[in-house]
Amino acid sequence: MSTKPVDTTVPGGAAGSFDPAAPYRVSESVSLRPEPFGALVYDFVTRKLSFLKTPELVEVVTGLEHHPDARSAVEAAGVPAAQHEAYLKALAGLLRSGTIVSR
Amino acid sequence: MKLVDHFQYGLNSPICLTWELTYACNLACVHCLSSSGRRDPRELTTDEAKAVIDELQRMQVFYINIGGGEPTVRPDFWELLDYAIAHDVGVKFSTNGVKLDKARAAQLAATDYVDIQISMDGATAEVNDHVRGPGSFDTAITALENLAEAGFQAPKISVVMTRENVGQLDEFKAIADKYGAQLRITRLRPSGRGADVWDELHPTQAQQRQLYDWLVAHGDQVLTGDSFFHLSAYGEALPGLNLCGAGRVVCLIDPVGDVYACPFAIHENFLAGNVRDAGGFKEVWEHSELFTDLRRPQTGGACASCQHYDSCQGGCMAAKFFTGLPLDGPDPECVQGYGEQMLAARDGDTVIPRSDVDHSRSAPRNSRTPKQPTMLSLAPPPRRPDRACDESPLAGFAPASAPAQAAAAPVAGS
Repeated sequence: MSTKPVDTTVPGGAAGSFDPAAPYRVSESVSLRPEPFGALVYDFVTRKLSFLKTPELVEVVTGLEHHPDARSAVEAAGVPAAQHEAYLKALAGLLRSGTIVSR
Repeated sequence: MKLVDHFQYGLNSPICLTWELTYACNLACVHCLSSSGRRDPRELTTDEAKAVIDELQRMQVFYINIGGGEPTVRPDFWELLDYAIAHDVGVKFSTNGVKLDKARAAQLAATDYVDIQISMDGATAEVNDHVRGPGSFDTAITALENLAEAGFQAPKISVVMTRENVGQLDEFKAIADKYGAQLRITRLRPSGRGADVWDELHPTQAQQRQLYDWLVAHGDQVLTGDSFFHLSAYGEALPGLNLCGAGRVVCLIDPVGDVYACPFAIHENFLAGNVRDAGGFKEVWEHSELFTDLRRPQTGGACASCQHYDSCQGGCMAAKFFTGLPLDGPDPECVQGYGEQMLAARDGDTVIPRSDVDHSRSAPRNSRTPKQPTMLSLAPPPRRPDRACDESPLAGFAPASAPAQAAAAPVAGS
């Protein structure tokens, strides 16, 4: 599996900076489609396709709305501690691309 | 495992699904990949087409590429367009522009989640009309003018690259810029009537190099449908998957509901099933023998020992098939020249397969299908339902200023 858990190909809009201690959720304009590698992400507004490259990242992203902050969503998804920072970085990328939003 | 390796083993649903709504067409382009012309009386009805859309929604096929034939000559085209969008299936449709008058352009400009590709195979009427027929350049330009005037954001101009137009790449770009459009260029395949003109029209080796250099210089401003991955063997990999997606991430639903591995492979050897069969499209996508087979690891065959195999993956399956080359050998346009050698080595015993599906107006009418009136008459357009996007949970979101599917997304922009 690639070490990069997410494609951060979409450069930012003005979404503010990511804070691991803040709450997030999946954007309403985004759909996730489960796939063997993780999930396909489609944004119906920007019409961009991207990928969540691990099943764990899919769990983190879909779990965001059930947790008080991003870090606890990562912990709850069973991501090994050594990879927490990588996953938080991935979430920051997803915030920039508009896949996830603050709540 | 790399993402692209996952793609080789197939996805739960296609990423790039082409749906040809009708074989009817007002034009008779010499290179038509689906040999279109006459409507087929067995084409899916409006209700059957809606049932397919329902299924695509359930499978989360986020958008479809609608083509034909000329899809807009189906009287229910606009109804199906609205239906798809209302069911979370975005639509990109290809047209020669024949129906895009000012009223339709305004309607489309007011519709979210629709992309339009205007086909144009020459940057001048002379070059275009030679391939697409008299008047077709003017039709396309008029459609672009109407769309621009209506404020439709960033339509695509879709160009099949031929020996006659490779030298016009900069002119195509200029036309796209003039109308606020995005240029999309794709590869000429020896599919459908394209088989009859491929020898004459496919780019020369020197032109392939010219095309590759142009793509390397302008790749970020142009869409390619990932169709030039065989050129990656020149050196630098081009943006995109660089993988034959047939039956793995790509497929075709034809007007009669037949499901083929790719839009360029309308032949019984690549027919996986029909959406009218039990289980519908989902069953075909998930369990057909053909697609299961295409998702097995490929060996590379005669190409496996070539140092460029990793970048070109042996090229395009359909291009090999319809030129009589073995599927596990080089692409006929292999940039190393192996394809040309194979083409030259064909002899009288080589079987060059032809599609048995031909709706050309010049062809004899298929005796199996009785004469039926065509739907080409200028029937009044069906009444539009209430604006779909008003009912959508996404209503209220500002449309993106960026054109759909930036080249940055690995497979978008097909």
